[in-house]
Amino acid sequence: MNQNSPPESALYNDTVVRQFSLMAVVWGVVGMLVGVFIAAQLAWPELNFGIPWLSYGRLRPLHTNAVIFAFGGCALFGTSYYVVQRTCHVRLFMGKLAAFTFWGWQAVIVAAAISLPLGYTSGKEYAELEWPIDILITLVWVSYAIVFFGTIGMRKVRHIYVANWFYGAFILAVALLHLVNSAAIPAGFMKSYSAYAGVQDAMIQWWYGHNAVGFFLTAGFLGMMYYFIPKQAERPVYSYRLSIVHFWALIFTYMWAGPHHLHYTALPDWTQSVGMVFSLILLAPSWGGMINGVMTLSGAWHKLRDDPVLRFLIVSLSFYGMSTFEGPMMSIKTVNALSHYTDWTVGHVHSGALGWVGLISMGSLYYLIPRLFGQKKMHSVPAIELHFWMATIGIVLYIAAMWIAGVMQGLMWRGINGDGTLTYTFVESVKATYPFYVIRVLGGLLYLGGMLVMAWNTWMTMAKGHSVRVPVAVPVAA
Amino acid sequence: MDILFILIPLSVALALLILGALGWAVWRGQFEGVDAEAERILRSD
Repeated sequence: MNQNSPPESALYNDTVVRQFSLMAVVWGVVGMLVGVFIAAQLAWPELNFGIPWLSYGRLRPLHTNAVIFAFGGCALFGTSYYVVQRTCHVRLFMGKLAAFTFWGWQAVIVAAAISLPLGYTSGKEYAELEWPIDILITLVWVSYAIVFFGTIGMRKVRHIYVANWFYGAFILAVALLHLVNSAAIPAGFMKSYSAYAGVQDAMIQWWYGHNAVGFFLTAGFLGMMYYFIPKQAERPVYSYRLSIVHFWALIFTYMWAGPHHLHYTALPDWTQSVGMVFSLILLAPSWGGMINGVMTLSGAWHKLRDDPVLRFLIVSLSFYGMSTFEGPMMSIKTVNALSHYTDWTVGHVHSGALGWVGLISMGSLYYLIPRLFGQKKMHSVPAIELHFWMATIGIVLYIAAMWIAGVMQGLMWRGINGDGTLTYTFVESVKATYPFYVIRVLGGLLYLGGMLVMAWNTWMTMAKGHSVRVPVAVPVAA
Repeated sequence: MDILFILIPLSVALALLILGALGWAVWRGQFEGVDAEAERILRSD
């Protein structure tokens, strides 16, 4: 080290950002591969091969955990650590603790990948991991909060950039959700019983489940959006005031939407109605975010023509807008009476997951990865373009197939003959769904293929670059 | 529906915390000069 290079304390800690960004790509491939496999199993059940660890019931939570917590989680960790340092003009607080969050999170993922196929599950959706892993998650998450908020506490500018508010809300909310929903009484090394029971457990579970969507999959990624879209477009956020207003409205409203998962169940009617009403209200702050992000391109629309990274980011917002319209609609009890338990719900989830979460992560990583390796662009921009089209077409195939299947299922299940008997047997609806399950596999294969293109591109970018040491920027006087 | 004995006070407490955070932000000038803040991230790095 020559005497002119700055001491480490004057550099951004991008090591942990690099680690999380690369693992996001890796886990993206893994999670999507499992997804394609289980989609294929629904069309061709022989793909269970009679092996318990390959059975659909065990692999499905592996898929959901891998794409949400491994892929989405690493993308959130990596980008939040990058954004908080640069917007606060300070090196990451407690670097060793940040390193623990990386290795600890990878340990959680590996523990999930082993325990879920082995059949260890708490049976709670998106919270299947058994209690020892839940404890590790708590340790990692508390560390994450300390590192993130500690960095904000040491900021050199008074204002906390809006992205950090979203990331901060995501971190705090997930901590609360995890602690409450994972409360369980251990009854063996990898066995526990929920602290709650019956419809009360269901309410806690879907308070958690919907807030996992609202804070993990929405607020966190909106934080990503508010940094990477302005940076890639080289334009400031369209309306900073709107970003503040919709942030507060969003975090307040989301907490109450959970009951929309429990319409027409044993949950009291008034609770269901609260969920429905707040879900409808939620449309406004959600679209506030979408409009703000898209309109940031005001005066720079032409950039979409030549910049596929920007296209990922903007198209992700259109899927976000679509999903945050579809969701409130499906929260209406009358609509839900048709859609509940059908594949329309699956279609809705995936338009949000593949369309919003997937594309915003990919766009943000395409901005971030070259810069982490001392370059301005990924190794191949045409490959980003290819990925974009594969992903988008894959999404459209997936969701269209699920919409048709879902509405069809809902209509078939409620079909009544003149004499009051059911028109269709359940298995007839399963048979009718088959072609749409095949189309969904195709859509998923395209989406996975796009992710493989990204993995190749990332590898090539890494290979020809080098890990850069970036000095902390002194804030310019406003 | 005994769970509501926990859920409602918890939610109200949470809502109060959130309002508190909003109050802190307003008090500490987080919402002053926001247009400059939007530009700031484009300048550095």
